[in-house]
Amino acid sequence: MQAFEYVSAKSVGEAVGVLSQHGEGARLMAGGTDVLVQLRAGRRPQVKVLVDVKGIGELNELSYNDRQGLIIGAAVPCYRIYEDPTVIKRYPGIVDSASIIGSVQIQGRASLGGNICNATPSADGIPPLIALGAVCIIAGPNNSRRELPLEQLFAGPGRTTLQNGEMLISVRVPPPPANSGAQYLRFTPRNEMDIAVAGVGAAITLNAAKNTFVSGRVVLAAVAPIPLLVPAAGQALAGKPVNDETIGKAAEAAVAAAVPITDMRGTIEYRKHLVGVLTRRALQGAIQRAKGV
Amino acid sequence: MTTTSGRTNTPATQYKVVGTRPIRHDGADKVTGRARYGLDFNVVGLLHGKILRSPHVHARIKSIDTSAAEKLPGVKAVVTARDFPANPKGQPIDFAEAGADVRVLAENIMAGRVVLYQGHAVAAVAATNEHIAEEALGLIKVEYEVLPALLDVRESMKPDAPLIHEKLTTFFTKDRQGRGENTGVKSNIATHLQFKRGDLATGFKEAHVVVEREFTTSMVHQGYIEPYVSTGQWGKDGRITVWTSTQNPFGIRASTAAILGVPESTVKVVSMEIGGGFGGKQPAYLDPVAAMLSKKSGRPVKIVMTRKEVFDSTGPASGSYLRCKIGATKDGRITAAELYLAYEAGAFPGSPIAGGAMSSFGPYKVENMMVEGYDVVVNKPKVQAYRAPGQPQTNFAVESVVDELAQKLGIDPLEFRIKNATDEGDLMPSGMVFPPMGLKQLEEAMKNHDHYKTPLTGPNRGRGIAVGYRFNGGGVSSATINVNDDGTVALVTGSVDIGGTRTSVAMQAAEVLGLRAEDVTPTVVDTDSIGWTGTTAGSRVTFDTGLAAITTAEEVKRLMIARAAKIWEVPPAEVAFKDGVFTSLKNPNDKLTFKQLAARLRATGGPVTASAINGSTGVGPIFAGNIIDVEVDPETGKVQILRCTAFMDAGKAVHPSYVEGQLQGGTAQGIGWALNEEYFLTKEGGMANSTFLDYRMPTALDLPLIDTVLIEVPNPRHPFGLRGVGEVPIVPPPAALANAIARATGARLTKLPMKPGTIWEAVEAHKAATKTKK
Repeated sequence: MQAFEYVSAKSVGEAVGVLSQHGEGARLMAGGTDVLVQLRAGRRPQVKVLVDVKGIGELNELSYNDRQGLIIGAAVPCYRIYEDPTVIKRYPGIVDSASIIGSVQIQGRASLGGNICNATPSADGIPPLIALGAVCIIAGPNNSRRELPLEQLFAGPGRTTLQNGEMLISVRVPPPPANSGAQYLRFTPRNEMDIAVAGVGAAITLNAAKNTFVSGRVVLAAVAPIPLLVPAAGQALAGKPVNDETIGKAAEAAVAAAVPITDMRGTIEYRKHLVGVLTRRALQGAIQRAKGV
Repeated sequence: MTTTSGRTNTPATQYKVVGTRPIRHDGADKVTGRARYGLDFNVVGLLHGKILRSPHVHARIKSIDTSAAEKLPGVKAVVTARDFPANPKGQPIDFAEAGADVRVLAENIMAGRVVLYQGHAVAAVAATNEHIAEEALGLIKVEYEVLPALLDVRESMKPDAPLIHEKLTTFFTKDRQGRGENTGVKSNIATHLQFKRGDLATGFKEAHVVVEREFTTSMVHQGYIEPYVSTGQWGKDGRITVWTSTQNPFGIRASTAAILGVPESTVKVVSMEIGGGFGGKQPAYLDPVAAMLSKKSGRPVKIVMTRKEVFDSTGPASGSYLRCKIGATKDGRITAAELYLAYEAGAFPGSPIAGGAMSSFGPYKVENMMVEGYDVVVNKPKVQAYRAPGQPQTNFAVESVVDELAQKLGIDPLEFRIKNATDEGDLMPSGMVFPPMGLKQLEEAMKNHDHYKTPLTGPNRGRGIAVGYRFNGGGVSSATINVNDDGTVALVTGSVDIGGTRTSVAMQAAEVLGLRAEDVTPTVVDTDSIGWTGTTAGSRVTFDTGLAAITTAEEVKRLMIARAAKIWEVPPAEVAFKDGVFTSLKNPNDKLTFKQLAARLRATGGPVTASAINGSTGVGPIFAGNIIDVEVDPETGKVQILRCTAFMDAGKAVHPSYVEGQLQGGTAQGIGWALNEEYFLTKEGGMANSTFLDYRMPTALDLPLIDTVLIEVPNPRHPFGLRGVGEVPIVPPPAALANAIARATGARLTKLPMKPGTIWEAVEAHKAATKTKK
């Protein structure tokens, strides 16, 4: 394993300072379940400094209010998220993903913030957040802050659009509208400790009668270079009756948008097929949740 | 009969200890962390070794420049093949010559002029810590000339295929053990094996239905949790010690000495506690390298493999190509059976075709039969034993075809098997005659089990069965027993304890001596401290080392009787020993318990100690069967196991909990082999998924409760009737699952692993084919 400096940052300013100074040579660490493995495998040879952000209060925030919604600090480990009564009640789609990342042991360390910044196309944590309209809170040099819709954070496999000196502070998920529901489903050969062959996060809002889609967002994992929001799937849903035909159209749009590769986890054909199956099933699950059944 | 869910003990027997479930002797050490594994070994001045490995699957080594690595501060030694005496001139191996075996061992642990698989070692470094050693590897410059790679047995067998070894010629044999005749034909086929009897053409003519199918299976790994680890110390006095994780300490001693070119007696192998092996931890990959680095550096050197090295560079199980054809009459009598198997040997000859061929049609009476096996070199790691080596592959083919045959004839698959079952006196595929065995009892137990009698209902569900056979060989074991003053005994063996054998062997000694299992303290010692003992493999330790312990205990009994006779001044023939009590026949009031007599030993002529070997005649046949219910998601191809019952004829279960554990563990590994495990190759032919994340062994969440049923048909070759139970449980699961999937979906899977994508494709193809027919 390569030698590196370890910095335990106590404030956002300190972490941003180290990032600004070292650029590519510095990497943030929350749970470390990705970055430490990468360092051991020699996959991040440029890293000279690891900045531990678990000691920064703001990054450990997990809170909800009806005005701004849910705040998930970037260092909050998965187990805190899926054990939180408010998250369980209002955001079951997030519980779906936070509770299947790695294994129980890994969920004790791994954060959704880390899952986001690691930026693999197969990340389970990301699709339901994008589907729910999550926004990134990003800090930068000179105490600057900006917000960015989560779907705009990704530049390619393992790459984000964060600039030099920038770091993710938290994600904010809007309060769920009335008659809305979300679900994340992934397909893996094993039931634990596995990487998605394909994954689909779906969030929908129904009308008061719960028979028509008001809106919907479908996000795909592991079938594109980045977590992929499929606007065409949402368009296929908006204003349409809740039935198998509408769901089928949205699934077709998702399949059409998927651009997977063939690798050890699956072939192009199989992955596209799974996108269709999972989109239908995730939409059905989201509808069930919207209906409160 | 015992079942896991029921936890009922075996019925009362004539035994007091055998058949009970005492707490294991090594249990406290293992749960408290006191047990010492290879990684725990430490010594002052220890250096850390790392091995540089080939990134290519086949390449000529043009040059190796280690000078920069040698100059790195902290590096104490660098070695390459030139440092090992087995082949200083780098000549190609002549496989027809004596000594070829040593050359293979030496070439496999350090490539001379050619690398034959990804991960083949080319150099090694010892440094003051592992990070420096790792950095030093990066400073070694190796120039390769990449050669064409052969990755598939069928490609490699083609007459015009490039030769992986220029001096390899095909041997032809009809014998399961002999090497056969050298045909002189240069080829990548090292051995062509043939078992043949009757007349196939006549047999198939007699058949009403014939089913023939081709099968392929992927290379898989044993997946032991503890990676290879070894520490070597080459003393200034020329004495070499290695502390290592192995199933086979005396084998490690022999091959380490041969590779290093020193007398075997100068090498001492200390086998540490082992974290799994399953047949894979028998060869010496690290030991000679650690020793050579120690010789050059003058300090002890420890080498620990990474998981990637374990996958890339140790011996997995053969991938295979098989073709099976079986014919039967309308009423379900098998008339002819033919099996063709070609196994990946990896980079050097030695795949388990004999094991696969011997197992094949073992559960079936077949008059007209032919089994042809081919051992084929390819550019993959040299294969090693994996639990019933070569047998899950042939069983997958044979039991799939048998199932389809029964289906076509409209006969219950278990009835079909019972109708054709072999029994004592019938011929094995190898031509040997079956001794007493429990196949029929096993199949009847399956038929009468609640699982088989409970109908399986619901869509996309299917029940599969399969029966597996293994012929267990055997080998030599030594044992020593020392009687302590307090009436307990110390039992010393050289058999590495991999499946609870300290206890299962100690129980047999206790049975003979009328002691409790707890009164026997079993210890596994190094190669200087016990007589030669064969490897812990082949389901042989509880049987063979058990026999050695029994023989030794009988000798202890004889010596104790002699001592009682001496005390009572009667001839030994007039002393009886029963239920742990010595009694004078002349004067029945003269009684001494084992404990009382033990207390008097030193005062009456000195301690009692005895050593013996087992004189094994081979363990004999063993059978296992599975009933597995599955549900297949037709949209994703994912298999969920609803219910799984595993049956085995254990002969006699010495410690039923351990036997059930072997049955469950073997079944779990068979399920992994069947459903997800595979060496997934990159375009270049190296393993792409060399991590436990992407090499998908089943986790606890992927496995059902595996219910166990033990049948006990005594093995006449052992005084307590036991058979070797370690391996056969892995044999039937792949076929049982394939048969269950076929009955759930209509699609016959002929390729392992039956991963979700493969099942989905097969189901789609089956749907398309059914539509066309209609």
